[in-house]
Amino acid sequence: MSTDIAYEAADSRVTSLLRFATAGSVDDGKSTLVGRLLHDTKSILADAYEAVERVSRDRGLEAPDLALLTDGLRAEREQGITIDVAYRYFSTPKRTFILADCPGHVQYTRNAVTGASTADALVVLIDARFGVVEQTKRHLAVAALLRVPHVIVAVNKIDLLDYAQGPFRHIERHVQSHAESLGLTNVISIPVSALEGDNVAVASTRTSWYEGPTVLDVLETVPSIDDGADLYGAAHKRGVKHPTAQDAADAETGWRFPVQLVLRPQDGAISPEYREYRGYGGQVAEGTVRVGDPVTVLPSGRTSTIAGIDTSTGALDEAFTGQSVALRLSDEIDIARGDLLAFGTDAPKAERQFHAHVAWLTDRPLRVRDRVLVQHGTAMVQAMVTSIDGILDISLPGGTLDNSIAKGHELLLNDIGVVSFQLAQPLAIEDYGRHRRTGAFCLIDPQDGNTLGAGTARAQVPGSGEDAYVSI
Amino acid sequence: MSEASVTTDPASTHVPARMSTLDALEAEGIHIIREAVGTARKPVLLFSGGKDSVVVLHLATKAFWPGKVPFELMHVDTGHNFDEVIEFRDRTVERLGLRLQVMKVQDYIDDERLRERPDGTRNQLQTVPLLDGITQHKYDVVFGGARRDEEKARAKERVVSLRDEFGAWDPRNQRPELWNLYNPRHLPGQHVRVFPISNWTELDVWRYIERENLDLPSLYYSHDREVFKRDGMWLSPHPAVKMRDDERTETRSVRYRTVGDASCTGAVESPATSISDVIAEVASTRITERGATRADDRVSEAAMEDRKKEGYF
Repeated sequence: MSTDIAYEAADSRVTSLLRFATAGSVDDGKSTLVGRLLHDTKSILADAYEAVERVSRDRGLEAPDLALLTDGLRAEREQGITIDVAYRYFSTPKRTFILADCPGHVQYTRNAVTGASTADALVVLIDARFGVVEQTKRHLAVAALLRVPHVIVAVNKIDLLDYAQGPFRHIERHVQSHAESLGLTNVISIPVSALEGDNVAVASTRTSWYEGPTVLDVLETVPSIDDGADLYGAAHKRGVKHPTAQDAADAETGWRFPVQLVLRPQDGAISPEYREYRGYGGQVAEGTVRVGDPVTVLPSGRTSTIAGIDTSTGALDEAFTGQSVALRLSDEIDIARGDLLAFGTDAPKAERQFHAHVAWLTDRPLRVRDRVLVQHGTAMVQAMVTSIDGILDISLPGGTLDNSIAKGHELLLNDIGVVSFQLAQPLAIEDYGRHRRTGAFCLIDPQDGNTLGAGTARAQVPGSGEDAYVSI
Repeated sequence: MSEASVTTDPASTHVPARMSTLDALEAEGIHIIREAVGTARKPVLLFSGGKDSVVVLHLATKAFWPGKVPFELMHVDTGHNFDEVIEFRDRTVERLGLRLQVMKVQDYIDDERLRERPDGTRNQLQTVPLLDGITQHKYDVVFGGARRDEEKARAKERVVSLRDEFGAWDPRNQRPELWNLYNPRHLPGQHVRVFPISNWTELDVWRYIERENLDLPSLYYSHDREVFKRDGMWLSPHPAVKMRDDERTETRSVRYRTVGDASCTGAVESPATSISDVIAEVASTRITERGATRADDRVSEAAMEDRKKEGYF
């Protein structure tokens, strides 16, 4: 098979950026898959590749070990394992990519949750000889919990099964039924051989029975957050199976804007005309802000109107998800860092209690009555754990996330649990299933400042009514 | 597509992205800078006049518009910097009306707090003046222009990276960093390094410099220069670089891909005289930036990791 495609670099001035993560262990061939993607897109520079060849030879390996491209730390090389998420950058003429390569062995939950938190797509590796195993279920559960919009299941090592269709279709069906029970809608299985390059970047001639896309095809075409993918998601949730750009625009409701800074330059203005300027610096977390929109400030509940959207290069009529801008309001009201601005008629409520799925990422356990800081958007609020309602156990039968919660009263390192909190001040924390930014939070140690865990908020009352966060 | 199809709107794949990669990277950089400053007591930006620190400074001017950049700049001067770069540094600071603190490696050598290394390079000697500068001026948030694609150890470093009382980076004990939530909290005596362009590649930096029409030191563009070859790199004769007997200078058309300490930063032969020439060259190059031009990173596989553990940038 020819992999000799002359890829040029993407033109980052016009092409979009896709953030994706790969999850799996060395045994599944994840490093080989990553190496194959980088190699076939001509993203490995000569000196880096020569270094890999040299070290592989020194270790007595027959072929270059592409894992060496990503294992950057001394401890990783010495132990021959990948410890931490590594970020890789590559591009094709269609897109630029940021790949968060998440190792499977050590600190599994921490790495997978970290990689998935920013991912537009997750590539899950399966060894075709073994099919769906416990680790696959764990990956899919993390994708469901973190609401990764697209999941690509790379059924690897099909070369070892002589490129036969039967085993692949069996795995594909198994993946599909498991994914559905988790509520994952955008899952595609692709038969690949990372070693031989089949269906990774180049369509294989040895799987003539497979007419679907390659892994790279999918990565090049799925909508990213910068293409307005959140809007496609919103349309999807309204029951539109294959939303068009118009459906996406129609599905759009409010917007969210966490205030990072109050911009009041006074004597520090770049020119005297801006002495009295007063704006709010931040990044649009969701939706499209337009001049004239009604605004609700949270948690205070005060209201105003968008008077202007400013950037250093000029004013805008609208600002969409991901843009860093300054907003001006038509009224002078008390607003500080940590406040959330929201579209007037679609604003969330600020509450003092919430519950959430929490991934616990530190050595000491989390217990009831522990005090932590909740970092939510730009806000930092004291909180107390009021109850721990269960721990995720993916080996339980049933398949849905809610069916997979076992009893438990403390969270240990790498556990994912259901936790309820009481807050010292109200926060506009929303259901993560609908609001990936304003539903996310981190837990911080009030004493030493370390990050203890990460959470995705659930609707207030589980299992009741439309807003319930049931089985995703 | 197979039956288990992804939701790909065919129309969406042909429309130009609503936000390009450069737009997204710029917005992310501004967000990171605002987050760090929003919680900092006294931030500082490490500014060398190199292209990466020029981009970070430019992002800062956007983040705080229409106010001035609300923090000081600091430069650790090895004493072996190129004159053009120092001149560019001072001109930029003047233009933006900012305050620059310079920590000089030469001062440390003069009063014997540091000793010159046998090979004459001073990159490794920057760590102590850097940490002293942070302590003396009580900086708690230190912005830098490091990028993850530069080097393998950097690929594993967080955007917001905690440093202990000795300025040391502990790669095995990093805080998890999720979504766009960054954690700059630290105890007294500790500080955080913040890298707003972590996710940019060398090519992104150049395309952004072109788009924003940013001024750079002239060394980045092709010029005729007296150089000599050592270890496959073109070095410029400099008081700090003792030429060996078998080395001869010759005039070549060269440019610099990085502008560090003159004693260990090599030039590359290049006809690229404009930003667009440089972009074309970077887009087609087959050698990494550091591999081509930094003798200090060639020492061992973990050279950068070891320096960072000691408190380096």
